[in-house]
Amino acid sequence: MNAIAQAEPSATVAGSAPATPIVRTRGIHKVYGGTVHALKDINLEFKRGELTSLLGPSGCGKTTLLKIIAGLLEPTEGEVEVNGKPVTGPGPERAFVFQDFALMPWATVLRNAAFGLELQGVNRSEREERARHYVNEVGLSGFEDKYPHELSGGMRQRVGLARALAVDADVLLMDEPFSAVDEQTRRKFQEDLIHLRERENKTFILVTHSIEEAVYLSDRIVLLSPRPGRVGQVIDPEIERKGDPDAIRRAPEYLDLTDEIWRGLREYVE
Amino acid sequence: MYIRGIYVPQFVALLFWVVVWEIVGQFELLMLFPPFSEVVVAIGDVVTSPSFVDAAALTAYCYLAGLFLAVVVGISLGLLMGLVPAADKLLNMWINIFLSAPLSALVPVIMILFGMGQPTVIVTVFMFAVWIIALDARAGVQHVSTSLKEMALSFGASRTQRLKIILLSALPEILAGIRLGVIRGVKGVVIGQLLVSIIGVGALFSLYSQNFLMGHFWALILILFAFALSLAELIGRLEQRVEYYAGARH
Repeated sequence: MNAIAQAEPSATVAGSAPATPIVRTRGIHKVYGGTVHALKDINLEFKRGELTSLLGPSGCGKTTLLKIIAGLLEPTEGEVEVNGKPVTGPGPERAFVFQDFALMPWATVLRNAAFGLELQGVNRSEREERARHYVNEVGLSGFEDKYPHELSGGMRQRVGLARALAVDADVLLMDEPFSAVDEQTRRKFQEDLIHLRERENKTFILVTHSIEEAVYLSDRIVLLSPRPGRVGQVIDPEIERKGDPDAIRRAPEYLDLTDEIWRGLREYVE
Repeated sequence: MYIRGIYVPQFVALLFWVVVWEIVGQFELLMLFPPFSEVVVAIGDVVTSPSFVDAAALTAYCYLAGLFLAVVVGISLGLLMGLVPAADKLLNMWINIFLSAPLSALVPVIMILFGMGQPTVIVTVFMFAVWIIALDARAGVQHVSTSLKEMALSFGASRTQRLKIILLSALPEILAGIRLGVIRGVKGVVIGQLLVSIIGVGALFSLYSQNFLMGHFWALILILFAFALSLAELIGRLEQRVEYYAGARH
């Protein structure tokens, strides 16, 4: 069964333990250049330890919302709170994973993964040790001394993920992290992310335009409607993710919900 | 290059023209064109003469000083224009004008300002090399990927650290600018000295042409060409190493 709730801040799914919100947005508006209304009145709560997807067609402002939460963009109105504190810019409790990986081409995998720690002033041996751990965690051990151009797209994004994990932030903000890699790599990556969540106790906010990806991965899906971007629907898929990751793609709940969301989004694509 | 499926190395083309030169020279049609063999002999003569050693040292000094200034000022200008849109609006047009203007016409003005000596030659080298370096650095800075800048910001980089990332990202373009500047600088040093014509290689050129030592004259030209090309090649090698790293910029 899928519990479909409207965009009410306190909507929790019956049966799951109530988690406290770690990120909260209040009345976010974003207007570009005085005329383009990208986001309109976004009120959302992201619960600690959950993976929330921001899903919508292109132009719905989902990346804009993620960058506002990251502190990379300022909202025209409204505010974002992380751990109860208002956001004024980027902070160490949030780490960003970029769509195009944003690796430094002149630095090795290890140095790229350790870059967040380098900027925090962690000494070399400690940051390399921690980076090594996370490079291993994302499945890239043996590639520490390679340069980004020597890696495939999927491997580069793993470095981006290791960099975000290494700074030990509470919230991982992922901007369409799998859209620049091929389909096989994307599937493997999604499975790995499910396993990673079992080991790392982090809150994930994921921007995606893939309905399947959102349903496959998310505890909660926020559907955004385009121009201006508004919260259309908040969906809590109840899909069992323990066990075989492949089984999820065959589960009736997965298939039904994917279908249902597509029917809802269809009107925007015309 | 392949001719009828047989591999022919590129320098064969050079050799071909050398042979043509030698044959034309042997006919002694023009006094301006001594045979190539005579020029080669003259190279030995020129290189060992004390006036050449002095001229070469002076030329090298003026060239390197002018180029150093051009690199420092050019990269700074490029950075400024790439990062500050107001500065870009103010400077871009002027730099483009200087880039395409016939700078040789300016040398007499520079001569009036800086006198008949080394400073004029240094300034001429600078004027020839600096604009292309500035424009390429500007292009490099403007093409640094937005996400890389956002990445630095989101992981808490300071202003200096962000500037360092921008510089390293723009390095391929900056080096391409320096390579072009190196070549243009050689033009600058020769033209500057020719117009001043009482110092360095310029003085030698006047000396040889006034005494109809055409072999020596051509020898000096060959030496200068070789010098400019080897320098450009050297920077090109360095560039390839960096391009290699920056080849996959995303």
